[in-house]
Amino acid sequence: MIKLKLERTPAPMWSKALIPIVAVVVTFIITSLLIILADANPFTAYYNFIVVPLSSKFSALEVLVKATPLIFTGLAVTFAFASGYYNIGAEGQLYAGAVAAAWVGATFTNLPAIAAVPLELVLGFIAGMLWALIPALLKIKLKVDEVVTTLLMNSIIMYFISALLNGPWRDPETGWPKSPEFFEAARFAQLIPKSRLHIGFIIAMVLVLIVYVVLKKTPLGLQMRAVGASKVGAQFAGINVNRTMLIAALVSGGIAGLAGVSEIAGIHYHLISELSGSYGYTGIIVATLGGLNPIGSTIAALFIGLIDTGSQTVSRVLGVPVYLGDVVQSTLLLVTLGMLLLQNYRIKRQ
Amino acid sequence: MLAVEMKDITKTFGMVKANQHVHFCLEEGEIHALLGENGAGKTTLMRILYGLYKADSGEIFVNGKKVDIHSPKEAIAAGIGMVTQHFTLVPTLTVAENIVLGYTDGITVSQKDIEKKVAEASQKYGILVDPSAYVKDLSVGERQRVEILKALYRNARILIMDEPTAVLVPQEVDVLFESLLRLVKAGLSVIFISHKLVEVMAVCDRITVLRDGVVTSTVNKSETTQIELAKMMVGRETFGVTRQSTRKTGKTIYELSGITLEGKHGRKLLNDVSFSVSEGEILGIAGVSGNGQGELTEVLTGLMTPNQGSIKLMGKEITHLTPGQISEAGVGRTPQDRHQGIVGDLSVAENLALENLPVYTKNGMLDHKKIIQDAQQKIEEFQIKASPNDQLRTLSGGNMQKVVLARALSRKPKVLVASQPTRGLDVGATEYVRKRLLEERDRGTAVILLSEDLDEVLALSDRIAVIYEGCIKGIVPSNEATPEKIGLLMAGAC
Repeated sequence: MIKLKLERTPAPMWSKALIPIVAVVVTFIITSLLIILADANPFTAYYNFIVVPLSSKFSALEVLVKATPLIFTGLAVTFAFASGYYNIGAEGQLYAGAVAAAWVGATFTNLPAIAAVPLELVLGFIAGMLWALIPALLKIKLKVDEVVTTLLMNSIIMYFISALLNGPWRDPETGWPKSPEFFEAARFAQLIPKSRLHIGFIIAMVLVLIVYVVLKKTPLGLQMRAVGASKVGAQFAGINVNRTMLIAALVSGGIAGLAGVSEIAGIHYHLISELSGSYGYTGIIVATLGGLNPIGSTIAALFIGLIDTGSQTVSRVLGVPVYLGDVVQSTLLLVTLGMLLLQNYRIKRQ
Repeated sequence: MLAVEMKDITKTFGMVKANQHVHFCLEEGEIHALLGENGAGKTTLMRILYGLYKADSGEIFVNGKKVDIHSPKEAIAAGIGMVTQHFTLVPTLTVAENIVLGYTDGITVSQKDIEKKVAEASQKYGILVDPSAYVKDLSVGERQRVEILKALYRNARILIMDEPTAVLVPQEVDVLFESLLRLVKAGLSVIFISHKLVEVMAVCDRITVLRDGVVTSTVNKSETTQIELAKMMVGRETFGVTRQSTRKTGKTIYELSGITLEGKHGRKLLNDVSFSVSEGEILGIAGVSGNGQGELTEVLTGLMTPNQGSIKLMGKEITHLTPGQISEAGVGRTPQDRHQGIVGDLSVAENLALENLPVYTKNGMLDHKKIIQDAQQKIEEFQIKASPNDQLRTLSGGNMQKVVLARALSRKPKVLVASQPTRGLDVGATEYVRKRLLEERDRGTAVILLSEDLDEVLALSDRIAVIYEGCIKGIVPSNEATPEKIGLLMAGAC
């Protein structure tokens, strides 16, 4: 019998670059089994998944619309994870930002857009920060695991929003649980007529640059990366680990809050409890696929946006369930995580 | 009859000869000490007996029969039990559950039955434990008793205790010794691994001394003395370096007084540690590993705050400062474990800059050019084999240590804390690091050198303090430091 053993060796640089491409191919091979089970041709399916959405202007713009909230939440998660703070609460922080924006959008009916939109952004950012504050303080003061607390805060805000929408903000005419409509000036401007693409996308792109510069070019960013890579090493070098994690947690919450502002002011114009299609959680996938790099996570967000759009096309054309898109996303994440781990090992003969 | 006979055991790890032609005999009903410094090969020998390592050559006999032990399971079957310093208990299970774990028949376990069985065993061997208590609620001494009972429950007749007193408070040590004496009276045999002379003399019948993987001697307790044992343990024929001159040192600039650090259950990890260091002086701190050097390093570098006592730098109190503030006050620091002092995922240049970021900040942004330039200069000065942008984790241990040292020295410290600076380094790197330490001393820095390498301490230090169980046992000027003297202090002789 041939005896094999697993040996740990550092991965070469080229393998890191290859991971995204190989992961996509492997994911397609694995998921094609499901497509075959659904009585469809995998090649046609993936043609519809990847190529069709990009072949018309309308659906290509829709990919950007779908990617916008994911760029925000991906950045939020990247910012926190890079400092070793595992914020799973982007979903809740997103809703906190949306609540703040909904309040502005329905209250200050006389404000011009030039004042209303920045106000929404600032208050949305602060609201996201506040929602992230409690778990962050619990983490640095009492060492309570932030994975649990940030996750639980997501449930809390859903009940809070339910109370708001069924109480003070309930639509007085229809009785629907939705907040009053945004006045015109509080809505994000459309970028291209007859498409849903709004300035939220531009704001997201600017934020990508800002986060990139902060993480890679500033002393704070270096401290954050040091804390994320080794808390002991960072502490030894004199970095205030708790303060760094607190900043990362709060800014991450703020960015997630902006995702909520962007969705409500750019797409919905009123608050509903289904505002987010799990964007906060998908942000974790996006950030992980992007290797905790702002640019990488943006590319991942665009790719997930493409798959989201494509899954609807595939479903329409081939009659396979629309959930296939979720399966592809999840499989891609698992394959990528597996590859990130396994690239450090070699199989050798004993 | 001999309970265990190990004949001509040799074991090498790469270039290191951990055991060379070792003969070891354990008689039935005795407590037999294995005495030696760190790295003398005591634990390796016992791990071979317990089936954790395989000897390169040699034979093992248990109760006169030749055995081939490939795993702890086979060792247990042969009646051998081992209690290590790191307990292998499940904290959330009860004592009884821990003891029977993996040693039950049938598929159901009745809590009542196992508690009764464990209580019986506890009575039989005189090892007192509460079968229904949860392990997480027990003290270290109690946990150790559970470990011993676990071995006995598996019908061990030969018990290996690996430095059993290292984690205990003095009262618990007495209880342990009583238990061991009762066990040998009942016909068991005990191997007691230790480097503490007092304990060995207190409880053992015979003593085998190991040095550098070779048996120096096996003696009866009644026929030897602590001084003789210390000689056998550390006694080198030649010490290589004698100090050429005692330098005239400057004024005292660093003072520790009454530093006490408490661990869990009020155990004193550091007990009233006081010393002072002068400009241009190297104070060596010698000691067998695990006697508080790690904790002392963490206190000196600011990672831990002592419960009592004060540290003063040039008359200024720095006891409660953070690592960053201590570094800024003028203390250069290297950690005991060099991996603690670095961030492996960051580059060499980033690691070098990390401790002094304000210098590398321009208009709120990192000054990458300066970071790289300075790193390049440090790399040349310290002969680090790497380029500034290499990930630090890809460097060899020696080069990593040079990075740590380069960063510690980059702010021209007044005091340098060097903890185990050459551990695991090759000859070239070791020489280089030692040379740098001497250069720092000549520059006027007060150097505190914590090292488990006695030769290193003797070669470099102007004065030598010996730490034993968290206490400074004595401070000896280098010209009075003989191996016997230091060895006795290190082994805690009275």
